[in-house]
Amino acid sequence: MSVRVGEADFDVSAELAAVAGKDHGVGGVAIFVGKVRDHAGGEKLTSMTLEHYPGMTEAELERIETEAQSRFKLSGSRIVHRVGTLAPGDNIVLVIATSPHRKDAFDATEFLMDYLKTRAPFWKKESLANGSTRWVEAHENDALAAAAWTTPSAD
Amino acid sequence: MTAETQKPEVVLRYFAWLRERTGFSEERIRLPEGIETVSDVLRWQTTRGHPFDVAFAKPDPIRVALDRTHAKTSASIANAREIAFFPPVTGG
Repeated sequence: MSVRVGEADFDVSAELAAVAGKDHGVGGVAIFVGKVRDHAGGEKLTSMTLEHYPGMTEAELERIETEAQSRFKLSGSRIVHRVGTLAPGDNIVLVIATSPHRKDAFDATEFLMDYLKTRAPFWKKESLANGSTRWVEAHENDALAAAAWTTPSAD
Repeated sequence: MTAETQKPEVVLRYFAWLRERTGFSEERIRLPEGIETVSDVLRWQTTRGHPFDVAFAKPDPIRVALDRTHAKTSASIANAREIAFFPPVTGG
């Protein structure tokens, strides 16, 4: 279990090896990589700058990860989030969850992203081809997706 | 006011568009008497004059963390050493 926040890019293979390389009890690995798109709201995007709250970010990601461990049967997990100025095509975020069975890995990865997007103190600012900049507004859908995890499911 | 009754200094921190609109990333300040909760401190910000009155004119989209933990508007700020103000998060 680990979280990391920084400007450097990540290598998915290296991160996966660090989480699951020596654990032969792992039956499934789910990996999510978030990337910078070259468009936003119908306009061409030239770069994206991510700001965060040092100290709180790491603490919040660790809380989110601990919550995932209590909800799902996980063998391991990792969250890597980049900050600073990124270009279209660049990686932003990596979430890995490993488990004895695939469903826990899939579900944990989705849970980690839904919680990260509503709890972890990161803010995105888009720079557009027309020279303007704008802060990305939080989506209602992200809040609903995170809230859905608190509703007891039928199964 | 005597030293015994004076409130301790707190660090106020601002992120994203709140940092840009206030022009501060952080400030060290003694809050006035009567500021007890998160909603009190949000209301107080609107009384400080430019640029805080404009930055905090619509407190609804503003989130607050006390000592790096998300806080509700009803939360007490009595023991907080660091109060952060920011818009809803958009990482990931």
